[in-house]
Amino acid sequence: MRFSIYRYDPEHDAQPRMQTYELDIEPAGNMLLDALLRIKDEQDSSLTLRRSCREGVCGSDGMNINGSNGLACITPLTGLKQPIAVRPLPGLPVIRDLVVDMTPLNQQYKSVEPWLNNADPAPEIERLQSPAQRAQLDGLVECIQCGCCSSACPSFWWNPDKFVGPAGLLAAYRYIADSRDQNTDARLDNLQDPYRLFRCHGIMNCVSVCPKGLNPTAAIGKIKTLLVKRST
Amino acid sequence: MSGALSNWLVQRISAVVLALYSLFFPAWLLFHWPHGWLDWRGLFAPLPMRIATLLFVLALALHAWVGMRDIFMDYVKPPGVRLALHVAALVWLASCVVWATAILWGQA
Amino acid sequence: MKPVKRKFDAVIIGGGGAGLRAALQLSGSGLNVAVVSKVFPTRSHTVSAQGGITAALGNVTPDNWHWHMYDTVKGSDYLGDQDAIEFMCRHAAEAVIELEHMGLPFSRLDNGRIYQRPFGGQSMNYGGEQATRTCAAADRTGHALLHTLYQQNLRARTHFFDEYFALDLLRDADGYVLGVSALGIESGEALVIEARATLLATGGAGRIFRYSTNAHINTGDGLGMALRAGLALQDMEFWQFHPTGLPGSGSLISEGVRGEGGYLVNNQGERFMERYAPHAKDLASRDVVARAVALEIHAGRGCGPNGDVIHLKLDHLGAVLIKDKLPGIRELALRFAGVDPIDAPIPVVPTAHYMMGGIPTNLHGQVVMPARFGPEEPVPGLYAVGECACVSVHGANRLGGNSLLDLVVFGRAAGNHIIETLRDNPFPRVLPDNAAEAGLARLARWDQSGQGESVAEIRIALQTLMQTHCGVFRTEALLRDGLTQMDALETRLGAVRLTDTSRVFNTARIEALELENLFPVARATLVSALARTESRGAHAREDYPQRDDDHWLKHTLYSRDGDQIDTKPVRLKPLTVEPFLPKERTY
Repeated sequence: MRFSIYRYDPEHDAQPRMQTYELDIEPAGNMLLDALLRIKDEQDSSLTLRRSCREGVCGSDGMNINGSNGLACITPLTGLKQPIAVRPLPGLPVIRDLVVDMTPLNQQYKSVEPWLNNADPAPEIERLQSPAQRAQLDGLVECIQCGCCSSACPSFWWNPDKFVGPAGLLAAYRYIADSRDQNTDARLDNLQDPYRLFRCHGIMNCVSVCPKGLNPTAAIGKIKTLLVKRST
Repeated sequence: MSGALSNWLVQRISAVVLALYSLFFPAWLLFHWPHGWLDWRGLFAPLPMRIATLLFVLALALHAWVGMRDIFMDYVKPPGVRLALHVAALVWLASCVVWATAILWGQA
Repeated sequence: MKPVKRKFDAVIIGGGGAGLRAALQLSGSGLNVAVVSKVFPTRSHTVSAQGGITAALGNVTPDNWHWHMYDTVKGSDYLGDQDAIEFMCRHAAEAVIELEHMGLPFSRLDNGRIYQRPFGGQSMNYGGEQATRTCAAADRTGHALLHTLYQQNLRARTHFFDEYFALDLLRDADGYVLGVSALGIESGEALVIEARATLLATGGAGRIFRYSTNAHINTGDGLGMALRAGLALQDMEFWQFHPTGLPGSGSLISEGVRGEGGYLVNNQGERFMERYAPHAKDLASRDVVARAVALEIHAGRGCGPNGDVIHLKLDHLGAVLIKDKLPGIRELALRFAGVDPIDAPIPVVPTAHYMMGGIPTNLHGQVVMPARFGPEEPVPGLYAVGECACVSVHGANRLGGNSLLDLVVFGRAAGNHIIETLRDNPFPRVLPDNAAEAGLARLARWDQSGQGESVAEIRIALQTLMQTHCGVFRTEALLRDGLTQMDALETRLGAVRLTDTSRVFNTARIEALELENLFPVARATLVSALARTESRGAHAREDYPQRDDDHWLKHTLYSRDGDQIDTKPVRLKPLTVEPFLPKERTY
């Protein structure tokens, strides 16, 4: 199979370039990550990427595959048009090859204060939550922070410092939606400015690339609805 | 209600007005098919029709304002340039509304 | 160039569940804590844990921690230290409740309490009916736990050194551990972190095997550091082979599948676990089930075109339950095995999964070594928790759901002990000028360029060797042959050269440093497995098929110096309750 992979080493390259690789690999049953790691093992040890769990739960290997963001470890080789173009996640500074600087994403994630706030004295047992209340968190807690969504969002490209982005907003709504959290008001205040939330124009790139099938746009819509309800 | 939220609400509500008028106007047109300039003028003669059309133009201007403001906020970083563009857009949209009012009521 | 120096009250190496739980305890008490992790913390392998965390909450069936303790001792094949096991089981419920209070999104029962599912080796009334003890967040419990702990650490303002690779421990002439040397992966620059307490939480080393459920990053880095510092590793012959890994990729199919009612069948369609464990059947201990699966395949009763897998059947559970309680499993099966478990069985094979052995510690997480006054003298300044440590609560075989529990109970205990120790010893010792030399020299070795074999070739050869010579069943001949081959491989390692000379995010260099950690862990495993001439828990010797309590009711201690094996007694005396004395283990 043929691959065309983005290469850039700041120590040796003035400009990024696309490098072509040929690899003898059976597409059926193999993922893109298998191919990339075999290229690294057998042909070019300098090919640089992040990887960890190799099963789509750790979120290390988000990259741009034939123009669309995804996780290399759960993208089957079957069905990918050749040469398979592999680039780093767009809109983020490239450190080397397929490795990007995730700092903007992490900063925004932190800015929504993604932790439970409950001022009541902790009971001796768990805080009760009905299955229906818990179901409100389905589709929110599964996020793996791979960055595929935010780096597919033009609003995040233009304002990564001011717009929270789909990943961060999903995390924000995860705690708003949690029946155990008491901080909804402060969480909404934290998002109510022209940039942090309202740069989302609902183009749903985040939804179409999310490797876990989550829907940040829906979560953002629910935050907006809550803002409207609160102000009336 | 904060500026950001009201802007967003204005965009949504104006969109509803635009959608309603876009559905209503072709139907109106179909039932009162104009055969000349006088007929065309007659289309806008009833007061409710003039109000509806003015509402439509107002909604269009507001919708465009929020949209253009969004675009300037996304792409134009220098504050001076952005302010100038905001003023230009506002002036232009306001004149469009005034002009539309003049057209709708001026000939009556 | 002199490396940059940073100073903290405590440094934690590893950003998985154990490291983050300890970090939270320390940050929460106002100490200055640094977490050094070679990956962004939520990429740690804890994220892959599926089925749950065990605690006798009794939300579904009557339960108490005594029964949990009995099951854990029995599961460990009586090799677990009963004081540590009592400590863990006694604190299990509060540790889980604490996680819930932090916001961990557990699945729920109708009455609003935490959802629990049955897991292997769990019983009521000391060996009675199946218990339902494992608390779950669907089948993504590890993910939920790791993200919750990371979030809590953000709140507590823990210092994170993300993508820093720890090289070696810093020690002074008296053996005090005073921090760690590390390599900034992005910058390529060395860093010296000085700390009054150092905690190893580097996780497992499953990547010594060719087929493993473990992430690529599980290369035993903390174990390599401990061995290089002259410390011994305990019980390294005990590696858990999980009965249900996906063939090829090695991805884990949770025991929770069998807990929810799934079962294993051979090519005759027979539910063969009824023969091997008439009472517990598919929910016998993992070592028992893994051996049964291996034997079935060996006897020609395997499924699939090559007869080399066994089928895990769960289609009878129905689409609703599978989608609600096992959504991650379905996703994995669809992606990596091409089957939808709603319609068809999942092909599985026993796959290397968990290291019961590790760096010996006491129940405060202090690393202990044989010294003048006894076999368990604390190494001053050094702690270890999680899979890299051996307290030992898992003994010869870990029960499912006990590893996440191990992380949080002993992560917290170690944190508490560090807090007390630092309070009582407020004055830091002087860090010798040359303390970081060994680590930096190791780093410099990989700057030599030239022609030689590649890291990947040697790594794959090592993993293949361990897979063929140290799998589910072992014999003396096989292990000896493995050691001979390993000697040859280690010679070849000396001639390996890197071709990537860049300093920026040089993953080739990281893989080389990881390989230097995989080797001593693999060697410790082979030597310890050879020494233990009995079969116990996960260590099955075909030439010594019986458990031998007269000679081997004791822990092994492997030191790198001369491949030496020492032993120390199992702590059979619990903290407060009566001991569970060894008896025949049947399920």
